[in-house]
Amino acid sequence: MMVSQTKAKKSVWKRSLDARTALLYLLPSILLFSVFVFYPMFRTIYLSFFLTDQNGNAALFVGLENYTYLLESVAFRNSIKATFLFVLYTVPTGIIIALILALLANEKLKGIGFFRTIYSSTMGISVAASSVIWLFLFHPSIGMFNKLLNIFNLPQVEWLLDPTWALLSVSLSTIWLNTGFSFLILLGGLQNIDEHLYESARIDGASYWYRLRRITIPMLSPTLFFIVTISLINAFQTFGQIDILTKGGPSQSTNLIVYSIYKEAFVNYQFGTASAQAVFLFICILIVTILQFKLGERKVHYQ
Amino acid sequence: MKKVELIDISKSYDKQSNVISNINVTIEPGEFFVLVGPSGCGKSTMLRMIAGLEEITDGVLKIGEKEVNDLPPSKRDLSMVFQNYALYPHLTVKENIQFGLHVKKIPKKDRMIRTSDVAEMLGLTDYLKRKPRELSGGQRQRVALARAIVNEAPICLMDEPLSNLDAKLRAHMRSEIRQIQRRLGITMIYVTHDQIEAMTMGDRIMILHEGSIQQIGNPIDVYNNPANPFVATFIGSPPMNITSGVGDKESNAIRLNDSISIPVPFEDERYLMEKIIVGIRPEHIKAATKESKEAEKILVEVVNVEILGNETVFSFLMGEGSWQVKWSGQWQIEVGDKIPLIMNYESFCFFDSEKKEIIKKPSDVENHVFGKEVFV
Ligand SMILES: Nc1ncnc2c1ncn2[C@@H]1O[C@H](COP(=O)(O)OP(=O)(O)OP(=O)(O)O)[C@@H](O)[C@H]1O
Ligand SMILES: [Mg+2]
Repeated sequence: MMVSQTKAKKSVWKRSLDARTALLYLLPSILLFSVFVFYPMFRTIYLSFFLTDQNGNAALFVGLENYTYLLESVAFRNSIKATFLFVLYTVPTGIIIALILALLANEKLKGIGFFRTIYSSTMGISVAASSVIWLFLFHPSIGMFNKLLNIFNLPQVEWLLDPTWALLSVSLSTIWLNTGFSFLILLGGLQNIDEHLYESARIDGASYWYRLRRITIPMLSPTLFFIVTISLINAFQTFGQIDILTKGGPSQSTNLIVYSIYKEAFVNYQFGTASAQAVFLFICILIVTILQFKLGERKVHYQ
Repeated sequence: MKKVELIDISKSYDKQSNVISNINVTIEPGEFFVLVGPSGCGKSTMLRMIAGLEEITDGVLKIGEKEVNDLPPSKRDLSMVFQNYALYPHLTVKENIQFGLHVKKIPKKDRMIRTSDVAEMLGLTDYLKRKPRELSGGQRQRVALARAIVNEAPICLMDEPLSNLDAKLRAHMRSEIRQIQRRLGITMIYVTHDQIEAMTMGDRIMILHEGSIQQIGNPIDVYNNPANPFVATFIGSPPMNITSGVGDKESNAIRLNDSISIPVPFEDERYLMEKIIVGIRPEHIKAATKESKEAEKILVEVVNVEILGNETVFSFLMGEGSWQVKWSGQWQIEVGDKIPLIMNYESFCFFDSEKKEIIKKPSDVENHVFGKEVFV
C-alpha cells in the first residue's frame, strides 16, 4: 500500500517533468505579460465597476452603472459608430491596395527591388512623424491637396475641419501608413507560392486573371487571413493619428473609441467609465476576431 | 503525335556564356526520347525551352511543321510533368486533374468522362476527393501524370519525374510510364540524370554534357559504341574502365602501366600513338582459364569486392584510378587476392586523346548479343 503510494507520488513528480521544463522556458514571457498585459487588464476590468478619484484609485463601487451610463451616452454611441466606419474605410481598402502593390512588385522585372523598397517604406515611419507630414498635406491653405484641387479649379476642401471629410481624411492617412506593413507581409506570402504552379497553369493556357483567382488567392489565403486580422485589430486601436491630426474633432466625428478612452481617463479623470469603455472595446475586438476565425478559417487553405 | 525539331538551338542566361549550345535533333512522332546527363548540364533548360517557359536565345524550334519560337506555352499544344509535380495543394486530386480541361472550357460531361478514364488507367479512382498532401509520393506522381495525360496533348514533357521515389516504386513507374506512352502514342521527351532510366525507357537517348550533345542513338548502340570517354563512363553501371595508354612501336603494344600492356595486331598498327585513351567494359574482362595462354594472362591484385546477389564486382588499381570487373555468379574473392585475367583486344575501345572521339569500337560485342534463335 505504502509502496504503491510513494510510487504514484514519484511518478506524478516525474510525469510533470515536461510541464515543469516548459514552465521554466515560459517564465520570462509569463512575467512580462503579467506585468504589462494581465495585470493592467484585470485592473481595468476591476476599475470599470467603480467610480474613481483624481489619482485613478477606486473610490465607490457602482456595479454595472458605468456600463449602463455608457450605453445611454450619445457621445459613446457616436464614438462606436465612428470607429466602425473607420474600420470599414481603412481595412478593406488598405488590404486591396497592398495586395495590388504586392502583385505588381512580385513580377520579375529589372529594378523591381527599388519599388519593393518604396512600397514597404511606410513601415519605417512612425505614426507621429507621418501624421505631422499629413497635417501639412491637409492644410487648408498651404496643403498640397488643396493646391491640387486649385489647379483643376475644384472647390477647396476643409480636410480636417469639415465633419463630413475629417474621418475620410484620417482614414486616408491611415491607409497610407498601414500599406507598407500589409504590402510586405503579402509580398512574402506571394513569394512563397511555388513558381511551378504558375508555369503548369501557363502550359494549360490559364489567363492571368484565372491564375490569380484559382491559384494566387487560394494559396495566399493564410497570409490574407493573418493580415486581415491584424489590420482589424489595429484599426480598432487607432490612436496616434487621431491625436495629432484632429484630436477627435470636428464635432466628435473622429472621436474613435481609443481616443475617447484616453480623453475620458486623462482629460476628464473618469477612470471608471474609461475602463468600462476599454472593456467594451476588448469585447468588440474579441467578438470580431472570433467571428473572423469562425467564418474565415473555412475558406483558408493551409499547406 | 507531332515531331519536335531543334535546329541550332542555343541558350544563354547572362548573354555571355551559353548554357546550351548548338543543339540539333529531330524527335520523331510517337517516339520516347530521353535526355540524359549529369546535374547542371542543361536538361531542364532545354525542356523548358521546348515548353516555352524559357526563351530561346538562338536557333529555331519547330513543333509539327511550324516554327514555335515566339508561341506562348499554351499555344504549343503540349503537357508537362514537373520534377516536383507542381500539384495545386489547395485543390483535390480531381480538381487538379481537371484544371487544364476547365481552362480549355471542355464541357462538363466530357470532363467527367476523361477524368474517370484517366483515374482508372492510373489507379487513382479511390483518391479523387483527396488533397495532394494526403497522398504518398508515388500517388502524387501518378496525379501529375494524370494531369498531363488528360489533356490529350500530342507531346508530353517530363522533367525527372521519378527522382523523388524509392527504388522499387521507380522501377514500377518506369514501366508504367512506358506502357502509357505506347498505348496513347504520344511523343515523349523525358529528362533524367539516371542512366538506368535512360537505358530502360528510351527509344533513343541523347546524352548531354555541359550544354552540348555527346551522342544520340538507341540505348544499346550507345552502350556498345560510346562516342567519347564521357559517354563511355556515363552509360553503364559500373562504368566503362578508362585509362590512358602509350603506344610502343617496338613491341607492337599499348602500355597501360608497368606490368600491363595490350598487344596490338599488325593491321591495327595505326593505334600505336604517343597517347591514347583505352576503355573496356567491366563485364568484358574475363577470368583466365586453364586453356588461356600464359602470355595473355594479366595478374592483378584485388582492392575491393562487392557481391550483389548473383553478380560479383571487384576492382584493382590501374593508373591513377581503379578498374572494375563484373562477373556473374558469386565468386569467392578476397581483398588482396591475385587474380589472373584475360582482356581480349577485340573488347577494347580506343579514343583519340586530343579530340576525345572513338577510333576503335569493340568488335566482339556480338559475343554478348543473343538473337531469338537461341530459344528452342
Ligand atoms: N534561371 C537561371 N539563371 C541563370 N542560370 C541558370 C538558370 N537556370 C539554370 N541555370 C544554369 O544553367 C545550367 C543548366 O541548368 P539546368 O537546370 O538546365 O540543369 P539540369 O541539367 O536540369 O540539372 P539537374 O539534373 O540538376 O536538374 C546550370 O549551370 C545552371 O546553373
Ligand atoms: Mg533539372
